[in-house]
Amino acid sequence: MEFSNEKIAIAGNKGKGIRSDCFVTLELTSSGGLQTEIQSKVAVFFGEEIKKTVVSVLNYFDIKNAKLLIEDTGAIDCVITARIEAAIKMLIKTDKVYLPEMYAENNYSTTKDRNRFSRLYLPGNSPSLMLNAGIHKPNGIILDLEDAVATDKKFEARFLVRNALRAIDFYGAERMVRINQIPQGLEDLDYVVPNNVNLILVPKCEDADQIHTLNNRINDLKKQHNITNEIWLMPIIESAKGVMNAYQIALSAPNIVSMAIGLEDYTADLGTRRTNEATESFFARSVLVNACRAAGLQPIDSVFSDIADMDALKENVLKSKALGFDGMGCIHPRQIKVIHEYFAPDSVEIDKAKKIVLAFDEATAKGLGVVSLGTKMIDPPVVKRAIKTIDLAINMGKLSKDWRNEA
Amino acid sequence: MKKYDKVVENAVGRLVPTEVNGVTQHPFMGIGKYKPVGRKYAPQIASCIDYPADGNKTLPTLKDALINSGLRDGMVISTHHHFRNGDLIAIQIFEIAKELGIKDLVWVPSASFECQSILTEYLADGTIHHIEGSMNGSLGRFTSEGKMKGLGILRSHGGRYQAIQDGEVVIDIAVIAAPTADAFGNATGDRGPAACGLLGFALADSQYANKVVVVTDNLVPFPCIPWQIQGNYVDYVVVVDKVGIPEKIVSGTTEVTKSPDRLLLAEWTAQFCDEAGIIKDGFSFQAGAGGTALSIGIYFAEILKERGMKSRWARGGSNKYLVKMLEDGLLDYILDGQTFDLDGVRSMRENEGHVNTSPFTSYNYHGKGNFSSMVDVVILGATEVDVNFNANVVTHSDGYLLHGIGGWQNCLHAKCTIIPVPLFRDRIPVILDEVTTICGPGELIDVIVTERGIAINPKRTDLIEKMKNSKLPIRTIQELKEEAERICGKAAKPKLSDEIVAVVKWVDGTIIDSIRKVEK
Repeated sequence: MEFSNEKIAIAGNKGKGIRSDCFVTLELTSSGGLQTEIQSKVAVFFGEEIKKTVVSVLNYFDIKNAKLLIEDTGAIDCVITARIEAAIKMLIKTDKVYLPEMYAENNYSTTKDRNRFSRLYLPGNSPSLMLNAGIHKPNGIILDLEDAVATDKKFEARFLVRNALRAIDFYGAERMVRINQIPQGLEDLDYVVPNNVNLILVPKCEDADQIHTLNNRINDLKKQHNITNEIWLMPIIESAKGVMNAYQIALSAPNIVSMAIGLEDYTADLGTRRTNEATESFFARSVLVNACRAAGLQPIDSVFSDIADMDALKENVLKSKALGFDGMGCIHPRQIKVIHEYFAPDSVEIDKAKKIVLAFDEATAKGLGVVSLGTKMIDPPVVKRAIKTIDLAINMGKLSKDWRNEA
Repeated sequence: MKKYDKVVENAVGRLVPTEVNGVTQHPFMGIGKYKPVGRKYAPQIASCIDYPADGNKTLPTLKDALINSGLRDGMVISTHHHFRNGDLIAIQIFEIAKELGIKDLVWVPSASFECQSILTEYLADGTIHHIEGSMNGSLGRFTSEGKMKGLGILRSHGGRYQAIQDGEVVIDIAVIAAPTADAFGNATGDRGPAACGLLGFALADSQYANKVVVVTDNLVPFPCIPWQIQGNYVDYVVVVDKVGIPEKIVSGTTEVTKSPDRLLLAEWTAQFCDEAGIIKDGFSFQAGAGGTALSIGIYFAEILKERGMKSRWARGGSNKYLVKMLEDGLLDYILDGQTFDLDGVRSMRENEGHVNTSPFTSYNYHGKGNFSSMVDVVILGATEVDVNFNANVVTHSDGYLLHGIGGWQNCLHAKCTIIPVPLFRDRIPVILDEVTTICGPGELIDVIVTERGIAINPKRTDLIEKMKNSKLPIRTIQELKEEAERICGKAAKPKLSDEIVAVVKWVDGTIIDSIRKVEK
């Protein structure tokens, strides 16, 4: 298919190693009707269906004359329509949106205190990584519009992320989106808020005002689209200023459930380097943990970037847990299991918690105000923590629900 | 001669010819239903008077050996795939035949590889009439497009032994590439500069072919010890510069996967075996080629180590992972069927517990039993599976023939057969209403593991019962199929012609399915 050099838009990815995507080249013409060409790896099976989809999107946007080339590597429908819509909107201004049907399974909301041990980063413009992300059972998936998307792909990625939120099943993971930095990130919200996002990550957050600006826009959109579900926020602290303002940020809005730390940018901001010993970030991590605990939020640690070294990841998780963190980001599905395994309570912690909870049960049954274990008095916060440990252990499959009768 | 004739419906509802390349065939009748009577095939009686008393059977070139073997039009020539993608001999045979103006040869490889793709030219010019064995990659594509002069016949490793033993295939000249041999013809694959491991695929040919040529690049003084191939079967020995490229026995299908999705399949499969009570002290297993299947061995090893147990024997495809289990004391014996990497070759030389087997001991269905039915669990791949648990390993959903059967059909006889497959590959669903080609009937396939759920064959009520309280996502195969369709959409059926281009044999020599020409 021949294209002129003007009025052309392209969207999507192609080339070596690209799968489950499609690359769209669109030219609006003044006559000649709709000329489409579909080159697809799956043409034998889906050629006709892709053609129908293409025509349906073009008709929806009232495009009468155009040349459209689709180079497909097995993209599912909501990816194809996202690519075509992005290309169309690079060429014409319209308020219309071509939305894939919302999966009924995707209509869930999440609670403030759910487990957030792991959250898997997915580049916002790479459909192949999104399709199977949920099967690895991370607590959350992050469709990333920020650092994982090249500047010239930011526009089209919004359509893909929007469609993924609607039509890809993440099998119960908390559906998160990392928007771009405020203020650019405010524009991302239009694509995210109306599509049942559970949580928004706010990168490079430095002060409470950013959170207020963000929430104003979110609330406007919620009203406009009749959204009643909570949309939680997780600010990411990635600068010295952010660290110093961490507690104010933590208190700035009731929909903040957690704060994360981003160490690559933070160490750059300090003018130092990230090391395995991590002494350079000890202060920042401790401040973040303290700010979160003081405000009743979950502190979340930075990602561990060596995806091949599971032993080092394990060490990292144990250190992180010892510092007081509740979870960590992942950049590869294989990291999820290790993160869950070692953030979850270990057998020594569980045994101790069981004894404390049993002692508490006994004291309650006897109407005693004081819990004691052997000769030791147990303080109420210790009991509370033990109950939390037991709940978590049950939740993680490390302890039977019926442990009291099985002991 | 017609390529095929008189098509009938067989026991799995597929239309198959009752005559192929002029030879009468039996349609698949059901598992264990077809029992031929009579005696096995026997080669001609030889006499020592025709062979040098000093035991020196060497000839200067492969061409001399082929001419002395009486190479002529229409002969059946066999080769073997112990060098996998590093084979250097098969092509030379047909180059010589072409130079001599010989036509219509039948090539009977134990498997074909991409390194032999140039043989499409020899099929096109009539040097080769058709292939019986496997037609992989380019050769499969060539066959699928209806370009082969005769009809292709696909056989499993066990089926190949059975066909040769029963006289369904009479091999005129077998050429055995051997990494080490002596002048008498004793040969081994486990040592020499081109050591590639086991020569077991050549056993039937050495026993039954009318002429046997051993080609080596490492001639040692008599005796060549060990002798995997016995010189008493051998007519000629030829020394060449290089007999094969052993590094190329390692291919994509003999390395464990790094894909997180496939590792999840492997992990779930191992967990399934554990929960179903299959993994226990003294159990046996086999993992086929393919990254997912190989990875499962690693999970088995972890479980055994944790519990202080060991496996009695593993069938393989020997590779560095099995060798590690053997050397770590987690496994008593590797019963090696073919060697997948150089660690396997080393172990074969060094470890007493690394034992050579052959398609005769492991797979031959017309024998007094074989090892395959004694394996506790086998993990295999498939290109497609259907809602009746039938599976396909030779064609893709677009109809193209791209793979051989290997030992796959034979392995289905294990006590538990598990097939881990992704639910879809690049939008193409793997679980279908009906597979393109039935290579294995569903009644022998027990469990399908996908990344979105595990389906147990309803016939296996024992497994269903054992997994009742499992945390693994146990679903019905129908549910899995529907989920694939929900994600991918319903795929259209490719247009295939009625014309048959190849047939798939079952382990008993009957025809289980036909492969149709692909309409371009």
